[in-house]
This record gives sequence, C-alpha cells and structure tokens, in this order.
Amino acid sequence: MTSIIEFTGVTKSFRAPSGLVTAVAGVDLAITEGEIFGIIGYSGAGKSTLVRLINGLERVTSGRVIVDGVDISTIPEARLRAVRSGIGMIFQQFNLFRSRTVAGNVAYPLRVAGWPREKRDARVAELLQFVGLLDRAHSYPDQLSGGQKQRVGIARALATSPRILLADESTSSLDPETTADVLALLQRVNRDFGTTIVVITHEMDVVRTIAHRVAVLDEGRIVEQGSVFDVFSAPTSETARRFVSSVLHDQPSEGDLDRLRGSHGGRIITAQVSDGSRLGAVLSDAGTYNVRFEIIFGGISSLQQRSFGSLTLELTGPDAGVDIVISQLRSITAVEEVAA
Amino acid sequence: MNDGWDWDVHTPLAIKAVGETFYMVGATLLIGGLLGLVLGVALYTTRRGALLENRAVFAVLNLAVNIVRPIPFVILLVAVTPLTVLLAGKSIGTSAAIVPLVIAVAFGTSRIVEQNLVTIEPGVIEAARAVGAGPWRIIFTLLIPEALGPLILGFTFIFVAVIDMSAVAGIVGGGGIGNFALTYGHQRWNETVVWISVGAIIIFVQLVQLLGNSFARKALRR
Repeated sequence: MTSIIEFTGVTKSFRAPSGLVTAVAGVDLAITEGEIFGIIGYSGAGKSTLVRLINGLERVTSGRVIVDGVDISTIPEARLRAVRSGIGMIFQQFNLFRSRTVAGNVAYPLRVAGWPREKRDARVAELLQFVGLLDRAHSYPDQLSGGQKQRVGIARALATSPRILLADESTSSLDPETTADVLALLQRVNRDFGTTIVVITHEMDVVRTIAHRVAVLDEGRIVEQGSVFDVFSAPTSETARRFVSSVLHDQPSEGDLDRLRGSHGGRIITAQVSDGSRLGAVLSDAGTYNVRFEIIFGGISSLQQRSFGSLTLELTGPDAGVDIVISQLRSITAVEEVAA
Repeated sequence: MNDGWDWDVHTPLAIKAVGETFYMVGATLLIGGLLGLVLGVALYTTRRGALLENRAVFAVLNLAVNIVRPIPFVILLVAVTPLTVLLAGKSIGTSAAIVPLVIAVAFGTSRIVEQNLVTIEPGVIEAARAVGAGPWRIIFTLLIPEALGPLILGFTFIFVAVIDMSAVAGIVGGGGIGNFALTYGHQRWNETVVWISVGAIIIFVQLVQLLGNSFARKALRR
C-alpha cells in the first residue's frame, strides 16, 4: 500500500483584515492509492484549503505535500500546471463554463493538455457516455439540472484520466436523490478506473456512503482519522461523535432517556450490534434468570457492508439475574448501562 | 437668413460629414476599444488575488484611469494637442480628432471591461486553473468568452458615447455630423440643418444599440 498523497506537518495561513488566520495547522495525512478518502469538518474547519493544497491552488506556508512522488509545496507554478492535469477536481457550485457547451466544457482540459481534435472528440463522447449525458452534448450548462451539471463537472474532471479526483463539497448543493446518484457515479469512477478520490464534505452521510477512510478536521487540525467503520463505531473526539450522531440515531439522546426512564421502571442498557454479535441468543435465555426484556430504542443499519447499530433494552427481574444477563451481553459486545 | 435644406449645398456636405463620422467613430472604437480591452483586462488580472496579481502595476493603472477619466472631453481635446501633433502631424482635422477620442475611449472602456470581468464567478477561473490552464490561456479562452454578452453591451454603450464625443470634436475641426450641424446649421441660424443632423445621429444611435442588443442576446443565449 503506497501513499499517493502525503502531508507532513502542513500549515497554511492567510493574511486577513482581522490578522493572520491559520486555516490548516500542522496536518499529517497519508492517502492510499485507489481509496476513497473522506475529509469531514464543519464550515471554516479548513477543508477547502486543505484540498487545494493537493493540486497547488493554494501553496503551503510550511510543511510538505507530496503527490504521486512530486513535492507540490516547492515546485514553481509553471510546473504545477502539468501536475494538475493529473488531478481532477469537482466543486460544490460545479463551476462550469457557461459560455461553452457540455461537450466544450469536457473538452477544455483536453485542449489545455494539447490533444488533437479527433482524439479529443472521441474522448469527450466516451466521457459523456460514461456520465450518461451524451444526448446533452450540445446543451449549455444553464439548461441543465444541478445533478446533470455535476455529472458534466465529473466528466470534465476525468477528461485527462487523472489518477486523483478531488471532490470539494460536490453534493452539498444537491437534493438527497441527486446526491445519491452523484455518489454512486463517484463510486463507479473509483471502481472502474481505480481513481483515488478525496471527498471533502460536512455531511457524515456522504462519508458513510462512499468513503473507505475518513479524517475529521476541526479548526485546521485532524482530530481523528481511521477507517470509516472504526470512526463510526468508536469515535474518540467530540467532533467525530457529533458527526456520527448526526447520521446514526440508534443511541438515545438525554431527552430520549428522560422519557424512557419515565415510562420504564427496569434497568436500561444500550448494547452495540454488529455482525456476529448474537444478542438474541443471550436474551432468549434471559427467562432462565427470571429476567424479561423489552426493546425500547435503537436501530441497525449497514456501514461498509457490515451491520452496525445499537439497541436500548429494558431489563426487569431480580437484580442478580439482570446482572448475569448484562455480564453475558458484555462478553459478546459493548454494553452501557444508562439507567438503573 | 438662409433657412431650409438646400439640396445642392447641403446634401454633398452632409454625405461627407456622415463619412467623416463613420471614420472617426470606427477608428476610435477600433483603436480605443482595443486599448481599453487590454487596459481593462490588465486592471482585472493584476488586482489582489487575481491571475497575474501585481500590486505595483495595478496601482499605476488604477491611478492613471482615475486621473484621465474625470477630465471633461472638451478639456482633454485641447490638453492633448502636443500629443496629437506628434501622432497625427497636425492639431486640427478629422484624423487629429481621433487622438483625444482614442484616449478618452480607451480609459472609459477599461473600467467597463473591468466591471464586466469582475462579475465572472471566481470558481470558474479556479476550475480552469485546476485543469492546468495558465493565466494567458484563461484570459483569452475563458474570461473574455464568459463575459462576452455584457462586454458587447458595454462596447455598444461606448459606441454611442463616441458618436456624442465625435460631435464635440467638431470644435477642433474634427468634421463629421456634429461639425456639420454646428457650422451649417447652428452658426447660420438654419434650424432645419440642425434638426436633420440631430435626427441622423439619433437614427444612427438607434441602429447601433439595436445591433448591440441583438449580438449580446446571442452571446447570452437569452
């Protein structure tokens, strides 16, 4: 596993009217070739700056950025242009050229790269076929819907067959259904061409849907990173926890607990559910200890092709029996007692 | 009193005047408009955070434009006489009038060009940079096409202003319809000649505006 993008101690500061603003503060990051890597953070966390350091649209203040073996942080602008044709980029506002047709937009990077006309036309047709917009080749961007615009953006970004695709909030201005379409398309790009995709987003759902690994960015620093499954199942930072709870509603909030405590007199526990955790086996034996159970909250969904979630249970019966059931559950999964 | 339109006297003079107006306006727009485009693009691309950011160049250009633009045209006309003599060989006549016209138009156009370019989404320029396009390529293949509709309207506006200014240029013997109206109409108390001249200018302006609007609509596709 080799890193195609590597950040070492990267800092980026801007001079602003209010003084020096540090958008990215000492970031270390390694993105593996062929993966979809999510970078999530709230607005102002420095995500957009971070992603622009990869194709040199922004230059580092200190530290090093190595992309595909080239030190982006030091090479001059003129050489950077050659590097950029190997890195595609898509944007939240699509940034299509309104004066050019769909085909003209997709052809632009090829013109820049100096492709001859016939090769260019063939490639444009191939790309429009791939994103399903061949019939709109002669339309102008203003005549397209948001989802179509982003598909043109993707075709344009892929024109020169880049090994890296940067997606800067690429679905943030799309409705949920169109978002799903665009994410599916990005997944297809990753699968079919092996393109490494860096996805910048503030939506945990996007990360959950397509990313393999994720880094959580807060005030210019990476506060947590790891496989999407690990970050979802055991977030260690407050920011990550907030992002996870924004999409997973399987854990009761304080308010939910208050309500549950009011209507359920027994002991309340929350048990994590994943593939192979056989909660049912333990619970069906609970009667042996005169313990009855009730499922009062929770949810199980899939994450990275694995089951994932938690269930909140009310256990009633003699204390000793409930203790036994809880300890049996603990032997197979993580259990938290939320109310006695 | 010699009222009315004398076909034998006025018609050949009017035809010559129309020709002179076309010449002045055409040459001014061509040279001044082009210089204005270059100056406007330079202003836009050297400003802070732009493609060819250069504080010194921007400061100088910006100051120059701010100094020249507010000068009333009649004063500019006289003030640039030494330059006119240098370039046109004389200080009066139709060709001589083109020198101050070009200066006024170049500086006026530069602001209009700059304003129209500013309306381009920065993201669009970023998208072009992201595929490896250099600043010059972006200027010619992106900035100008993206702003073409408003640019055409801006140039139409300038066109009409040049027709107006070319009439003022009659003061230095610039010729053209304005001079014709002044010499054969106003100064000889011949209102018919004045009104016919004014009418001709109005029709001319209408045609230009109509043409400009139609081209702009085509460029904007609406």
